Amino acid sequence: MTQLPEGMTNSQGASSVSPQSAKPVILIRPSRGWVPFNLRDLWEYRELLYFLVWRDVKVRYKQTALGAAWAILQPFLTMIVFSIFFGRLAGVPSDGIPYPIFTYTALLPWQLFSHALIESSTSLVTNERLITKVYFPRLVIPISAVLAGLVDFGVAFVVLVAMMFFFGIIPTAAILTLPFFILLAIATALAVGLWLSALNVQYRDVRYIIPFLTQFWLFATPIAYSSSLVPEPWRVWYGLNPMAGVVEGFRWALLGKTGGTASLLLVSILIVGVLLVSGLAYFRRMERTFADVV
Amino acid sequence: MSDIAIRVEGLSKQYRLGSHERYKTLRDTWTDAMTAPFRAVANWRSRLDSPPSNDFIWALKDISLEIKHGEAVGIIGRNGAGKSTLLKILSRITEPTEGYAEIHGRIGSLLEVGTGFHPELTGRENIYLNGAILGMKRAEIDCKFDEIVAFAEIEKFLDTSVKHYSSGMHVRLAFAVAAHLEPEILLVDEVLSVGDAVFQKKCLGKMEDVASEGRTVLFVSHNLGALANLCPRAVLLVQGKKWRDGASDSVISEYVAMSSPYHGEIVWDAPATAPGNEKMRLHAVRIVSGGQTTAEVDIQQDVHIEVEFWNYKPGAMINTSIHLLDKMGTPVLASSNARSANLIEDPWFGKPYSAGLYRAVCTLPGNFLNEGPYGVNAIVLTDITNIEISAREVLSFTVHDTGAMRKEYQGIWIGVVRPKLAWQTEYLRSVTTIDREEKNL
Repeated sequence: MTQLPEGMTNSQGASSVSPQSAKPVILIRPSRGWVPFNLRDLWEYRELLYFLVWRDVKVRYKQTALGAAWAILQPFLTMIVFSIFFGRLAGVPSDGIPYPIFTYTALLPWQLFSHALIESSTSLVTNERLITKVYFPRLVIPISAVLAGLVDFGVAFVVLVAMMFFFGIIPTAAILTLPFFILLAIATALAVGLWLSALNVQYRDVRYIIPFLTQFWLFATPIAYSSSLVPEPWRVWYGLNPMAGVVEGFRWALLGKTGGTASLLLVSILIVGVLLVSGLAYFRRMERTFADVV
Repeated sequence: MSDIAIRVEGLSKQYRLGSHERYKTLRDTWTDAMTAPFRAVANWRSRLDSPPSNDFIWALKDISLEIKHGEAVGIIGRNGAGKSTLLKILSRITEPTEGYAEIHGRIGSLLEVGTGFHPELTGRENIYLNGAILGMKRAEIDCKFDEIVAFAEIEKFLDTSVKHYSSGMHVRLAFAVAAHLEPEILLVDEVLSVGDAVFQKKCLGKMEDVASEGRTVLFVSHNLGALANLCPRAVLLVQGKKWRDGASDSVISEYVAMSSPYHGEIVWDAPATAPGNEKMRLHAVRIVSGGQTTAEVDIQQDVHIEVEFWNYKPGAMINTSIHLLDKMGTPVLASSNARSANLIEDPWFGKPYSAGLYRAVCTLPGNFLNEGPYGVNAIVLTDITNIEISAREVLSFTVHDTGAMRKEYQGIWIGVVRPKLAWQTEYLRSVTTIDREEKNL
C-alpha cells in the first residue's frame, strides 16, 4: 500500500468531491455550553438542503386527488369565508382596499408562515432516522422544512396576480421590497421553528401546542382586519407580533396601502432578529443530544 | 504523523440507564421541578455520601486507538459492548462525554442501508436523495448513476415508486448507493447482513475491493468470518472497554473463547430485562446433552436446544426457530418447529397459545456437528413471519470429539458439520490387459 503525502487525495472520487486539496481534519470532542453557529458547515451541505427541500415538495401532494391545487384552495377558500363573515356581515374596514384582495394579500404570507412553522417544528422528530444514522448539520432539517413551503407560496401567488388584475390594482415601485417581506416571513417561521423543533425533541408536548399557537397567532395578526384598528400610541407595539409587520409589509408592497407604520415594521424586524439568533443558539446547544434523545 | 487516519484518545460515552435517554413531557419536568426542593432536603445526606451517578452507564469507557491510512480494522464484541456507539461518535452523530477523536480525511459512514429512502419517490429519485444524505455531491452521483443501477439490478423499475419494490429490490438499491460512496475513511456497521446469499456475496466482494484499494475501513460485524477476511486487524470491546487489539485471528479466537461463560444456560429472572416485547419475553435458553445442562458437548450425544419463553397474549399463533452459527458467525443451519420442517409432530404448532410459560426443544442428532464452538440464535415468531423475540448469539457451546470417530484418523477434520454418513464400496471388475496398456500410455 502506498502512502500519499498529506495534501493529496488518493482517488478521483474524493478529489472531485472536496474542492480543498488538503485532507480535512475533524476534531471530535465533547462540547460544553453555548457553541458557535457554524454556518460554514451549513454551506458545505447546501446540496443536501436542496435535496431535502426537493423531497418535501415532491412528496407533499402525492396520493392526493387535487394535488397542488391545495396550495391555491386553502388560502382561496379562507379568503371567501373571511370576505363573507368579516368583510360583508361584520363590515370590518379594510383601509379602502376591496376586502377579498385585502385579506388574500395577508393570507399569502400567513400560509407560508404557518405551514413553515408547523413543518419545521415537527421536522426533527419526523426525520428521526436521518438524525440517528447520518451526520450533517442538524440545522439543514428545519431550514429545508421552511423552504419547502415556498413552492406552495409561489402557486398561490399566481392567484393574487390574477386578483390584482381583476380589481385593477397597479403595484407601485414598492413591489420591489416584496422579496424582503417574504424573507422576513421565512425568518419569522424559522426563528420560531428552531425553538419549537429543538424543544419537540425533548418535550413532545410541543406537538399539542402548535395547533393552538397557530390559531391564536392567526387572530393576533391583522389578516381579517387592519392594523389601523389598533389605536395609535400602541400600534408600534403591535409589531411585537412579527407577522403584523410582515402582513402590513405585504399590503404596502403589493397594494400600496397599509395600516402599518415604519416603526411597527422596525419593531417586527428587531423581534425576529432576537428570536432568530436566540433560536439558533438554543438549537445549536441542544443539537448534541438530538441523536440520543429523539 | 501524516499517515494517521483516526486517532482516538480516552473516548467515553455515558448514557442514562435504559440505553437511550427517554424523551420527556413538560409534565415530567414540571413535576421534577416542583418536587426538587423536597427531594434535595431528603437526599441531603445520601448525596453527600455517594455521587449521583447510579442512573448512568458508560457505553464506552476510555477507548484509545490509532488507525493508519489504508488500514482495515474490525470491531467485535457482544451486543451492547459499545461497537455501534464508537462508530456513532466517530461519525459525529452523537458526542462523546469525555475524550476526543481526530479524523484525518474525508469520512463516510454507513450505519444502515437505505437511510432516508422515501417510499413515495421512484428508484431514480431515491438514488439522488440517498446519495445526498450519505454525503455525495450531485455531480458524483450523476457520474456513478449507471453503475449504481447496474449493481442493484433494478433497471426496469427505475421509475417505479420504491413502495412497490420487493424487500429484496429495496435492499439491493439501498446497498448499491451506499457501496458507491467513496470517502477516504469508511465506517461500516453491520450492513452486510441484509439481502439474500447471492447479494451478500456481491456486497462482501465490494467491501473487499474497498479495503484493497487502500482506503481506511472501520468495520463492525457479527459475521466474524467476513470480518477476518476483510480486516487484518481487530479490536475487541467488552462492556465499553478496549479488551484486545491485534491480529484478527488471535483476537477473534479470544472473543469466541470468552463468549461461553454461561455453562450451557442463560435464564432471565426479571422478564423486563429479557429479550422480547410486551407480547412475549424470553425466559431461558439452555443446552442439554447427555442428560445435563452443559456447554461442553460430546460429539456422539444428541444436543437439545431448549428455548423457554413467556407468552402474555392469549391466542397468539407462535412458532419457534433457532439458528446455529460456527465460530466465525457464519450460519450453519436454521430450524423451525413449523409442521413441514419438523421431523416429528409438535403438539403446539398451529394452535393458539394461551398465556403462560412455554418450552420448545430442538434436537440435533449426535454424530452430526463437527468439533469446536457453535453459537445459538433463538427466535420466537408469531404468525410465521413476525419476529417477537430475537436473541442473537445468546448462548454458545463446544463440541468435543471424545475419540469415538477418531480410532483410525487423527488429523484435522474440515467442515462446519461432521455427520456420520453412509459409506459403501463395491468391487466392479478385475484389471485387464487393456487397462494395463492404457495406464502405461
